[in-house]
Amino acid sequence: MSLIATLTDSATRKRALLGIGSFLLPLLVWCLVSYVPFIWHPKVEVTVPGGVDYFQVGMLVDKAQFADETAYAREQGLALPAGIPANPIYLPAPHQVAQAFYTGFAKQPVQKDAPWLHESLWHSIQIIFWGFVLSSIVGVPLGILAGTYSTFARLSEPFIEYFRYLPAPAFGALAVAILGIYDGPKIAIIVIGTLFQQVLIIANTTRKLEATIIEAARTLGTRSFRLLTRVVVPGILPDLYRDQRILLGWAWTYLIVAELIGTSSGITWYITQQARYQHFDNVYAAIMIIGIIGFGTDLILARLGRRLFPWDRSQDRR
Amino acid sequence: MNQDTLPSYLGQSEEVRARFERINQRETILEVRGLGKRYRSAQGEVEALSGIDFSVRRREFVCVIGPSGCGKSTLIRILAGLDHHTSGEALLDGKPIKGPGQDRGMVFQGYSLFPWLTVKKNVMFGPQMNGRGRDEAEHDAQLWLELVGLEKFADAYPHQLSGGMRQRVAIARALVNQPRILLMDEPFGALDAQTRAKMQSHLIDIWKNIDVTVLFITHDLDEAIYLADRILVLKAHPGEVQEIIEVPVPRSRTPAQFNSPEFRATKARLEELIHPAPEPETEDEQKVKPHLIRFTDVTDNVE
Repeated sequence: MSLIATLTDSATRKRALLGIGSFLLPLLVWCLVSYVPFIWHPKVEVTVPGGVDYFQVGMLVDKAQFADETAYAREQGLALPAGIPANPIYLPAPHQVAQAFYTGFAKQPVQKDAPWLHESLWHSIQIIFWGFVLSSIVGVPLGILAGTYSTFARLSEPFIEYFRYLPAPAFGALAVAILGIYDGPKIAIIVIGTLFQQVLIIANTTRKLEATIIEAARTLGTRSFRLLTRVVVPGILPDLYRDQRILLGWAWTYLIVAELIGTSSGITWYITQQARYQHFDNVYAAIMIIGIIGFGTDLILARLGRRLFPWDRSQDRR
Repeated sequence: MNQDTLPSYLGQSEEVRARFERINQRETILEVRGLGKRYRSAQGEVEALSGIDFSVRRREFVCVIGPSGCGKSTLIRILAGLDHHTSGEALLDGKPIKGPGQDRGMVFQGYSLFPWLTVKKNVMFGPQMNGRGRDEAEHDAQLWLELVGLEKFADAYPHQLSGGMRQRVAIARALVNQPRILLMDEPFGALDAQTRAKMQSHLIDIWKNIDVTVLFITHDLDEAIYLADRILVLKAHPGEVQEIIEVPVPRSRTPAQFNSPEFRATKARLEELIHPAPEPETEDEQKVKPHLIRFTDVTDNVE
């Protein structure tokens, strides 16, 4: 028993270490590219302009161009420029992004009246939340009905299959015309992007419920609507929950497109705005925070699921 | 085993004969008359069952046995109300069977317990569906769990139980509704030999103590003889009744009887009915011709 315990214990530790490693590896690559001067660094950051008239301190020039100008200056007997190897502006170093993370939340934005990073984020989270809730209110019951009653499935699924192929952003202009330019069309895009997949996925999950379980319930005297509420729904609940977690991830992928529709808002507005001023450290920080929120929510939901569905055996296998 | 030394399976001792007389005086619970089932499949019209006639008396234990494809599962599903028959009739207490109902309990081969409910709530499910109060259902569930010996596991989930224990719960869940007849579709088919033997004697114990009639499907000849008063032997294509055998093995049954002459005679008869002259191989089967090549050292013999 203790042997098995140690085995599983070391197995979990190994799994946790590998999990952390999967994050550390890309970070390591990023650090190497950023901090080791002879890896990549295609630019030169000018530290001393020397005799080159258009050079300024802090300016980024191509390596070849810098070499040309140095050679020219030497030929002409001018003061020599100096510089250090640098990466393009669109690849900030890890510490710069980390700093941007901090300033994004802690310091007043540079532009007046500009929203803070967390204000932009909160706006985006609300869009996702309402989009996903509205989609689920319609999609979950429809999916369960289609999965339970074949007549209903035959009536609804072909159209949904067709509609699923229409790209949600294509409805952008239409959504603006109908719902105005603020949050309405953005939520609509997320609903359109999620709902149709949701119905099909949940219908499939419902169909996978073991037929014997339904038959057993019928022989015990369960009929019609109660079969749905007391057997089908609880029977698929853990799988339904898993589906919803995946679909929530999909909703996030529609966010950026949705927020570009009408007046740009939320995290997308923040990203485009920062990119315009070439504050790429802020851009990276904002992109990463989307990942952190999405991934973090999923981790919390997964843990919650284990609590909510103690009978679910498919979780033991993970 | 020498066939000639065995008595006829039709011969009954005085005791057994008296028992069957007593059974035949009881009222009929289940009456099946000319029952047939046809359905359309990719291969055309299939006759799964045809002209099935039999009746089951109150508190009788009837086993149904037959080769695969004889429609024994279809038969029990029709009786449970999960499938429809296309001809004849099936009467429970004189009333035709229409759809599932709590007057018939069913135990499936696969694990049909509700995985999201604890053992006790699984057993409470039936009474609650039939409009009984929570307290009453809980009381009944407790009682039946004690009867199958699982009161200690009342709060466990089905996946925490062994196969045998799950089938005990399934039996308790079916019996708590106090059905007129308990339909069992190869309930012990997935269990290992030891657990299966234990469950068989446990089932007999339950049956002896409760007013319930049992219709039990199996493909295990020993199981059928050990459990049944009468055995309904079906044949395949189409599924028809081949013979109804009154088991001459006296009660109470013990595993020691497996070697008694009556037991062996009945088994010999069943084997004769179910495994007649070997069936001709199908064309596909004939095409399978293993071509063995020696992959090991020629001197390295295992036999």
